[in-house]
Amino acid sequence: MATLEIHDLHVSVEAENGPREILRGVDLTVKQGETHAIMGPNGSGKSTLAYSLAGHSKYTVTGGTVTLDGEDVLEMSVDERARAGIFLAMQYPVEVPGVSVSNFLRTSATAVRGEAPKLRLWVKEVKEAMERLSIDPAFAERNVNEGFSGGEKKRHEILQLELLKPKIAILDETDSGLDVDALRVVSEGVNRVRESGEVGTLLITHYTRILRYIKPDFVHVFAQGRIAESGGAELADKLENEGYEAYVKGGAHS
Amino acid sequence: MAENTPAGSTTDGAIQVGGPQQPIDARVSAPASYDVADFPVPHGREEEWRFTPLQRLRGLHDGTAEAKGGLRIEVSAPEGVTVETVDREDPRLGRAGKPVDRVAAQAYSSFEKASVISVPKDTVLTEPVRIAVHGEGGVAFGHQVVEVGSFAEALVVVDHTGDATLAANIEYVIGDGAKLTVVSVQDWDDEAVHVAQHTALVGRDATFKSVIVTFGGDLVRLHPRVIYGGPGGEAELYGLYFTDDGQHQEHRLFVDHDTPHCRSNVVYKGALQGQDAHAVWIGDVLIRAAAEGTDTYELNRNLVLTDGARVDSVPNLEIETGEIVGAGHASATGRFDDEQLFYLMARGITAEEARRLVVRGFFAELVQQIGIPDIEGRLLGKIEAELEASVG
Repeated sequence: MATLEIHDLHVSVEAENGPREILRGVDLTVKQGETHAIMGPNGSGKSTLAYSLAGHSKYTVTGGTVTLDGEDVLEMSVDERARAGIFLAMQYPVEVPGVSVSNFLRTSATAVRGEAPKLRLWVKEVKEAMERLSIDPAFAERNVNEGFSGGEKKRHEILQLELLKPKIAILDETDSGLDVDALRVVSEGVNRVRESGEVGTLLITHYTRILRYIKPDFVHVFAQGRIAESGGAELADKLENEGYEAYVKGGAHS
Repeated sequence: MAENTPAGSTTDGAIQVGGPQQPIDARVSAPASYDVADFPVPHGREEEWRFTPLQRLRGLHDGTAEAKGGLRIEVSAPEGVTVETVDREDPRLGRAGKPVDRVAAQAYSSFEKASVISVPKDTVLTEPVRIAVHGEGGVAFGHQVVEVGSFAEALVVVDHTGDATLAANIEYVIGDGAKLTVVSVQDWDDEAVHVAQHTALVGRDATFKSVIVTFGGDLVRLHPRVIYGGPGGEAELYGLYFTDDGQHQEHRLFVDHDTPHCRSNVVYKGALQGQDAHAVWIGDVLIRAAAEGTDTYELNRNLVLTDGARVDSVPNLEIETGEIVGAGHASATGRFDDEQLFYLMARGITAEEARRLVVRGFFAELVQQIGIPDIEGRLLGKIEAELEASVG
């Protein structure tokens, strides 16, 4: 069973006046089949955790370990991490001019699966996945994320999630900027992947809204660069009622 | 106007030397002329020279370049095509249009022999005419004429390799109802300097398709121009360039719509990488008052792969009549940046493959326009090699 283990993770970014520490000792274990919601106020370091796990060069790991089934993730390049089974659905997916969605999907599936999918089966697989996410087939010929609306970008991220079938899926504020219909479509997509029982999900969100559609097994409150409190789904209800007030004041320690 | 368009490889004296009247617009510092003496030596501030590093022209622009270099030209043509080497006085020279800048005029004033390649009327070639221009170092001047008789169809590949400081013009004279496709590949060595005016005189209902592919050289400055000899003419001008460290690649297009019911479509795309890679694209389209029913569009896109590269892209559309089908232009320069690279890599794609994906995708529609497998293959190979150089 795939397990992502984050231990005492410290991460800095370069700021104007030298490095600034954003993650200050994150401990978290995500197992295949589990869904962990990471909630927290703006600036608490949630997205930094997501991008650090994916290997973005902007973030420097200054301490701690991250392993996937015992393999050192921090030693891997960005693409190696993806091929090892870590998937990041981005909050702001990037436009890639000149590369069609269909070419992109096939190239990434080939990379992640280690061989090119058989064309006939692949076409069917993509078509069906697109239908389930209510994505217009014409999207296949458009350039990646170019001119996509916010909702289209997020559905496109989840389409990749469905096709790439990672071991660990990190969803970075996938719910932000979505209307209720789009949120439902996207959540259904995530749930289909979760139902396979083969993915560990790290659901990063600012709002509790998405948790009505995607039921987490664990909820973690993120504050000041680390997990301030962990609990079950009931913790989300508490946050819904009380907000992050107690955590931003700096009074809470895990 | 139709009588300006020669039919076939005739030397009929009725053909008006000089072609249609050249435009005199505000952007050039002197009227078009065959004689280099009619052009002042550029100093770099002129509109048509302001992007070009004159000191790297090796004297082509100021009369100091002496033709002491070697240039090997080999033409292989399918049966039915005549290939001749002619003197300066040959009446078939200079029909498509006059040189419009000092270097083009220098070339016209300096070449000793010209080649004339003629495809007789009604001849439909199934194999391309291949013109291999190989520089063996030093300054050279040249002139070539490709004439395609009425209702003939031809494909011409001009392939530039080696090292040269070359100023050479090419004329395409396309007869009524004829179809000519020209692929000009600039695959020079790193030191080469190449300045050329490619002028096409498109006959009545004729079709001209040009694909310019520029990879090599220290400085390449091409001036593709289209003039219509009669109504119904169609010009498709495609170009792709891959500009590397220190290279200056400049494409200056001009489409002169002076005849009714003609079409033009211009698509140029370039990728740039490395320090001081400089690409210049000028797209001038002029729709004159007489050119009713004109349909034109021009597009330039640039993809900047690394820091340190520079693009100047200047589309320019002048319209003197409202009675047209359409006229438009677009120019955009985008970056392949770290975030795009991260996005692709986060989907398991290696950095190398990511770059290749982006650049291939970017050029794909143009590569398909070439229609000659060995050139397409070589081109894709070149792109790969350029990319490997940048990744490695």
